[in-house]
Amino acid sequence: MSRTEIPPPPQGPATELTRSDETVVEVEDLHVTFRGRVSFLAGLRGAKGALSRAVDGVSFELKRGEVLALAGESGCGKTTTARAIMGLQPVDAGRILFEGQPLSRDLKAYRRRVQMVFQDPTGTLNPRKTIYEIVAEGLRIHRIHRGPNGETEERLVAQALSNAGLRPPERFFLSYPHELSGGQRQRVVIAGAMVLDPEVIVADEPVSNLDASVRGEILQLLMKLRDELGLSIIIVTHDLGLAWTVADRVAIMYLGRIVEIGPAEDVLLNPYHPYTKALLDVVPEAGGLQRPILAGEPPDPTRIPEGCRFHPRCPVVSSGKAAQMGIEARCRGEDLQLEELAPAHLAACYAAHERTATVEPD
Amino acid sequence: MSVLTLEDLKVTYQTSAGGVPAVRGVNLEIEKGEVVGLAGESGCGKSTIASAILRLLPSKTEIEGKIELDGQDVLSLSPGKLRAVRWSGASIIFQGAMHAMNPVQTIGDQIAEAILVHQQGGEREAKVRVGSLLEQVNLPPRRAKDYPHELSGGQKQRVMIAMALACSPSLVIADEPTTALDVMVQAQVLRLMKKLQADLGLSMIFITHDLSVLVETSDRLAIMYAGKIIEEGPADTVFHSPQHPYTEALAAAFPEIGDRRFRGKPSGLGGDPPDPANMPTGCSFHPRCPRLAEAVKAVDPEAIRDPERLKDAMERLPTPFDTCSTTEPQLVVAGDRRKAACVLVGDSAEVAR
Repeated sequence: MSRTEIPPPPQGPATELTRSDETVVEVEDLHVTFRGRVSFLAGLRGAKGALSRAVDGVSFELKRGEVLALAGESGCGKTTTARAIMGLQPVDAGRILFEGQPLSRDLKAYRRRVQMVFQDPTGTLNPRKTIYEIVAEGLRIHRIHRGPNGETEERLVAQALSNAGLRPPERFFLSYPHELSGGQRQRVVIAGAMVLDPEVIVADEPVSNLDASVRGEILQLLMKLRDELGLSIIIVTHDLGLAWTVADRVAIMYLGRIVEIGPAEDVLLNPYHPYTKALLDVVPEAGGLQRPILAGEPPDPTRIPEGCRFHPRCPVVSSGKAAQMGIEARCRGEDLQLEELAPAHLAACYAAHERTATVEPD
Repeated sequence: MSVLTLEDLKVTYQTSAGGVPAVRGVNLEIEKGEVVGLAGESGCGKSTIASAILRLLPSKTEIEGKIELDGQDVLSLSPGKLRAVRWSGASIIFQGAMHAMNPVQTIGDQIAEAILVHQQGGEREAKVRVGSLLEQVNLPPRRAKDYPHELSGGQKQRVMIAMALACSPSLVIADEPTTALDVMVQAQVLRLMKKLQADLGLSMIFITHDLSVLVETSDRLAIMYAGKIIEEGPADTVFHSPQHPYTEALAAAFPEIGDRRFRGKPSGLGGDPPDPANMPTGCSFHPRCPRLAEAVKAVDPEAIRDPERLKDAMERLPTPFDTCSTTEPQLVVAGDRRKAACVLVGDSAEVAR
């Protein structure tokens, strides 16, 4: 089955978005740099490690009830962006606003409302604590002794486990992480995040360590929490198929910048940026090995190229099309920002700009 | 002639709590130049099969049935002959290449070791061979002097591939060869493996739970569940029109971009794979089977909530569902070059083998 032969969608709630227009999280021109390491002796001589611009000017908004996928190769800055949103990563420049307020030094109250789900459930869970203690830990840290309706701690933990699909919850109270399957462990991680009744979940590759049949279950759980509780979710992933399944919007990152962002269907089915196209080309599927693959060095954030940061690997530049269009000099020399090329669909590409500017719709 | 033949292979691990059957009767044949994808969840026995072919399992493990590699009965080989078969008869590319290498030995020496141990060639020939192997996997021969930490993940995986090819084996087994790699690197490694496979006419077994990777690389797919093959056939048709409900669930876990059936609706399978020490009666998949669940619901919509009513409903199921919990279905012919083990498929009387 090729991408174009797929039947039209059934009418119904499948494609209906539940997000509102209210912005929950706003990221403004975020910059995060890391200093590379040098040897001890070189350090004595005053040498400094190379500066790595992991996140280099990222801006986006997350709406209430929205699922946003941050996608790209390793090293594109997607996890660093997520960690910065959580306040786990010192920021060099730019701001993160939660419900219109910039993050303050006191992150404790904020972290109650924005929770993170990490990639590896086995590594995240303390092997010496029971499931009850793990899920109750958040409540204890935040000194929550009663729920909004006067629930006891035990009741809140039971609710969180049951919401995360671990039923009956009492059965899991005294279990240890090693007694559970991988999928159940990821549910415990999600229950631990949900027990504080957060508004935003940042999930870093939430299913990449899980078995095929369990993946869907965990994703269904996240979708259910979104639908029932109006949760907003940022999913960091390298898997565009996953973005297609769950995301309302997709942001594609390359070398510390968002190079394309928009509604998932537009970005994944009608991508503007050559990098998005290249990523879609390597999604495994029947006959996929015949498709071309991106040449050139893997991106190195210590040496971000001049001009469009993708130009050294860009097929539009290397095939000479950019020269024909008369934009090659700009591709190689002028940095560029995201531009709205279709409603709510932004990309940072001179070639896409030229194409949308010259082909007027009837 | 087939390169590899597995006949009614059974592998039982010995634990302090007794025998654990990991592979419960697998028949598989791989022709020369054929790529077979072996798919299934963790614990389904797919990696156990890989280890059994080279007899890399713990010594107490019970292996029954027949494993024939290049016409040699692997299970009855003497230790010396067995050593000759490992690497030169069949080789394995393990998952997590980064941990499989010796950190204090250059990659050239590590590749050469396999050559020196298995063939009579001297050091000089081995060195030349290492250079040409590295070139085959698109690494400059001078990288032979590098240590593993000087290579990226994708480069290490390519060194592992070079190592697997060092003794010109007739069968290469790739166990989750790209799991730990990034998307772009995964695509590069898969293309490289496919090219080498075609150029050298290799027979291959690809093992992973990601069906979309297998449909891209394999000619034929064998889907495993709880130690048995439950569906088998040409990769493309098995992936796009699965016959076993389990295959259907696996394929749905990695939907194609643009397939609107899955947009906003991730598809999952309830429950966990069965415990090999405590296998369910009848079809091993029946406790998780969505088709059976539908059938039960049709008999009694409330059955799911009450164990007593569930038991009652299970007894009143219409054919063919009535045998799901009592009789284990056999792999039967189900269309052109296809087989499946499910009551919903084929004529149950017509056993394939």
